Amino acid sequence: MPTVSVKRDLLFEALGQKYTDEEFDELCFEFGLELDEITSEKEILSREQGDEKAAGASDVVLYKIDVPANRYDLLCLEGLVRGLQVFKEKLEAPRYKRVSPADGGEPQRLVITEETASVRPHAVAAVLRNISFTQERYESFIELQEKLHQNICRKRTLVAIGTHDLDTISGPFTYTAKPPGDIRFKPLNQSKEYTAAELMSHYKTDSHLRHYLHIIENEPLYPIIYDSNGIVLSMPPIINGDHSKISLNTKNIFIECTATDLTKAKITLDMIVTMFSEYCDEPFTVEEAEVVYPDGRLCVYPELAYRTETLSGDFINKRVGINESAESIAQLLTRMCLRSEVSGEGDLIQVEIPPMRADVIHACDIMEDAAIAHGFNNIVRSTPRTYTVANQLPLNKLTELLRQDLAAAGFTEALTFALCSQEDIADKLRKNIVETRAVHISNPKTAEFQVVRTSLLPGLLKTLAANRKMPLPLKLFEISDVVLKDETKDVGARNNRRLCAVYYNKSPGFEVIHGLLDRVMQLLDVKPGRNQGYHIQAAEDSTFFPGRCAEIFSCGKSIGHLGVLHPDVISRFELTMPCSAIDIDIEPFL
Amino acid sequence: RRRRWWWKLQLQHCLSLTGDRRTGLHMADTGLLESLLRLLEKVDGGTDSQDVAADLGVDHQVIVGAVKSLQALGEVISTEQKSSKHWELTGEGREIAEQGSHEARVFNAIPDEGLPQNELMKMPSGKVGFSKAMSNKWIRLDKAHEGGPRVFKTVETIEDTVRDKLQLVQKGQSAKLEDKEKNELKKRKLLSEVTVKSYWITKGSSFSTTITKQETELTPEMIASGSWKEKNFKPYNFEAMGVAPDCGHLHPLMKVRTQFRQIFLEMGFTEMPTNNFIESSFWNFDSLFQPQQHPARDQHDTFFISDPALAHEFPQDYMERVKKVHSEGGYGSQGYKYDWKIEEAQKNLLRTHTTAVSARMLYKLAQQKFTPVKYFSIDRVFRNETLDATHLAEFHQIEGVVADYGLTLGNLMGVLHQFFTKLGITKLRFKPAYNPYTEPSMEVFSYHEGLKKWVEVGNSGVFRPEMLLPMGLPEGVSVIAWGLSLERPTMIKYGINNIRELVGHKVNLQMVYDSPICRLDS
Repeated sequence: MPTVSVKRDLLFEALGQKYTDEEFDELCFEFGLELDEITSEKEILSREQGDEKAAGASDVVLYKIDVPANRYDLLCLEGLVRGLQVFKEKLEAPRYKRVSPADGGEPQRLVITEETASVRPHAVAAVLRNISFTQERYESFIELQEKLHQNICRKRTLVAIGTHDLDTISGPFTYTAKPPGDIRFKPLNQSKEYTAAELMSHYKTDSHLRHYLHIIENEPLYPIIYDSNGIVLSMPPIINGDHSKISLNTKNIFIECTATDLTKAKITLDMIVTMFSEYCDEPFTVEEAEVVYPDGRLCVYPELAYRTETLSGDFINKRVGINESAESIAQLLTRMCLRSEVSGEGDLIQVEIPPMRADVIHACDIMEDAAIAHGFNNIVRSTPRTYTVANQLPLNKLTELLRQDLAAAGFTEALTFALCSQEDIADKLRKNIVETRAVHISNPKTAEFQVVRTSLLPGLLKTLAANRKMPLPLKLFEISDVVLKDETKDVGARNNRRLCAVYYNKSPGFEVIHGLLDRVMQLLDVKPGRNQGYHIQAAEDSTFFPGRCAEIFSCGKSIGHLGVLHPDVISRFELTMPCSAIDIDIEPFL
Repeated sequence: RRRRWWWKLQLQHCLSLTGDRRTGLHMADTGLLESLLRLLEKVDGGTDSQDVAADLGVDHQVIVGAVKSLQALGEVISTEQKSSKHWELTGEGREIAEQGSHEARVFNAIPDEGLPQNELMKMPSGKVGFSKAMSNKWIRLDKAHEGGPRVFKTVETIEDTVRDKLQLVQKGQSAKLEDKEKNELKKRKLLSEVTVKSYWITKGSSFSTTITKQETELTPEMIASGSWKEKNFKPYNFEAMGVAPDCGHLHPLMKVRTQFRQIFLEMGFTEMPTNNFIESSFWNFDSLFQPQQHPARDQHDTFFISDPALAHEFPQDYMERVKKVHSEGGYGSQGYKYDWKIEEAQKNLLRTHTTAVSARMLYKLAQQKFTPVKYFSIDRVFRNETLDATHLAEFHQIEGVVADYGLTLGNLMGVLHQFFTKLGITKLRFKPAYNPYTEPSMEVFSYHEGLKKWVEVGNSGVFRPEMLLPMGLPEGVSVIAWGLSLERPTMIKYGINNIRELVGHKVNLQMVYDSPICRLDS
């Protein structure tokens, strides 16, 4: 969930009202936001870098507000204020308008060449004309781009934004892709020119930009945007040129978004222009720009598309569980920036979805907004009439019953991790990793998460090792799942429910573990015997001490092993006493 | 013999602390006890155990033992513990009380004709005695004497005051000495001040000078012969702990799981088969209308599987419908409008939520004539997250799902209210939230009386039509669902701050042994 940090006083000024922290928290809760933290730059710095570094920092109160991940329109002060003001019915939602250049001139044009196809094929653009920045507005503009980059743009992989002082460059602009050696320009806030190749190595140590290098690093061609004089606007998705950088005094802004996902590029562009056209001489208007595709297709951006959905009041009432007139539902929706009107036909409501509400993709999204505006906590809670008879999963029922009786038999239940290291299930048990049929994890952060366990034994032995200070004997059990590769399953693996128990004492206590097997079989109503019953038979298994291991058969089928553990296994798990163990599959007893 | 007997009393004392309720296991000899009682009979207002020791001429510790034995007999005597300071001779002090001070011994060793100094110095008391006797002016040293320095007496007789004072202390009459004198002797390491714990003993309510022999425990013989009727039984010490029963224990997290299972069963929910940790991205994400670029599908959040890397079997028609709703929309949806790839859907992973199983179950349900269902599961899920005191890479998710025609958001709140009431939580409120596969989505908050604030206790929502309709569920069917973790309520219930002490091999088994039964509503 993204967090937006806004200055409290600035926020209240924009909202035209002062709130106590509690009142504002309450408003957030109702609207689906969360006032996560009340802090200041000074406090943040002092927490992160110590009091000394924080000495000169600002102690202006900051609100950190958690915003739902799909509400890109609330990622800056401007959007938050607009959303809340409309919600509180203090403001009517503005209508965003795409306009042609005022002087009747040609729109700005961005031409995409075919070289971009392999690396970053899409681009969209727009112009914000006669904008008035203040320090705060400027900072918010930069911050919004960063928030969009981190969220909808998926860390610039899907979309990268470039904003330029239009008065320093001249169109038409060309979006192309070139070998890194052929690109040379002075990047943002640098004092000299670099080739693209040099830049990539220069930014290797940059705490911010190094995270984006991988996106194009191994591409033969890098994306690059030039103006008609060959001035570099940006090398997306890494860095803009220094030449066209915007400042507090910038009046006209050229915005380009390059992308691998066109839908997201359009949304990103719509977000920026809807949020900041507020500060243009003619508020909420955005000057169009043309984008020409390699095949000659010409598109005009920003789309700023309004869409109308028609739904019935009955639909909303039935889904939410309220009973409101179509008129009042229309009013509720209007408060959520979804301008709505009763159409006159029955209880049909026409709902207009504005360009910055890209999260509304279905009637259910509209239904949710009606419920939010109505107030979730004003909805009457009622019990559904759904009549059903409960059933337990037979495997879990058996597990629950056995657990109770294993504890009654004197064994204590352990709860160990399903993920472990290769070593745990192979080397430490004196097994070969290949024969374990283990499922392997491709991206473990540490060795603890290399594989899914194929046996419960390592977990129990590690539990013993962590509890060596406890009085002996230690008797532990666990009934849980292991995972084995199985080609007959759609995913190529299956769980297997196992029962494992260990007895750890000064003497191996094979008879104790054997006694436990007898008890378990008694509980499962399987009698001793060769054919229909159970029996054990001497076996060799590398985990166990030679001559001290038996295989367990039930109804003629092998279900597991019991025995005294091999001394090497004991030492590899950092244990010092003899230990006997039983490990069986309980699924045959279903 | 008496030392040994005292040791047994000590042992008995230990036993009574660690679980043995029987008192007076080893009775002091009756003779001594009766002597003590007779002595007590004669004094009014009681006596000090130290005086008793002096009167009976036995070590004080023996009397302490006897007092404890008498205490065990009930109200024969009543006692009050006292502590008093008291002067005692050191080893050297006792030697001097017997043999005289070093200086006196030196004086007495010198004949009238004197003694060579080097010979005198060979005496055990030589060095100390010589200098003390010199400073007392009892002796003189003639350094110029022919044949070496020689020591002569200067007085006829001496008074050995050091010995006299020590003998007073030995007789228990230290009060006759002045503090200054005692401190001086203490400095010479002849006296030491010790704190003595003693008892002030008075007659008890059932005081008697004779001891009736008491039985410790009822025996089969007594029952058979009926002799128990005549016997007097030693009282039990009810302050002691009992002996822990020899038994196994269930893990607290699993005890809580059992209770949650019970709650769902009481509410008529059927358990889902969640015994499939490995899941395809398709069922874990795509079927839930979670787009392929969603951050949850990132390597940083999800454990992907390298072997077996890909799932190879999907319901083909359904998969086509899922692809379409993601990339083009449909069922009234705009869709996400991106290039949906089967390669992404095939990637195996460790399921990140049990909702993957709910998706499989709902798909299965859609393949037959629709009947309403209520499903639940409690099982492990996996996240490739940064670990801390409350987050592990695997945890248990509790999930409830209801599918029926015409379910409302108010119904979801109603079910949640019933569910949480069974957990003892009645004050609930709901916050709008976002979740890719539910709309509306609600975070569930409960009022925490201790913290005096609202805390999040779960997540809930109504499954999106883009998830349900491609499965083939009828248009009017709504599916409401909620989820929470099993670990968090367990940690709160059992007061555990670090999740590693609860889950995994680093568990503290003592905690497992000691954890109470789980009643969630109390």
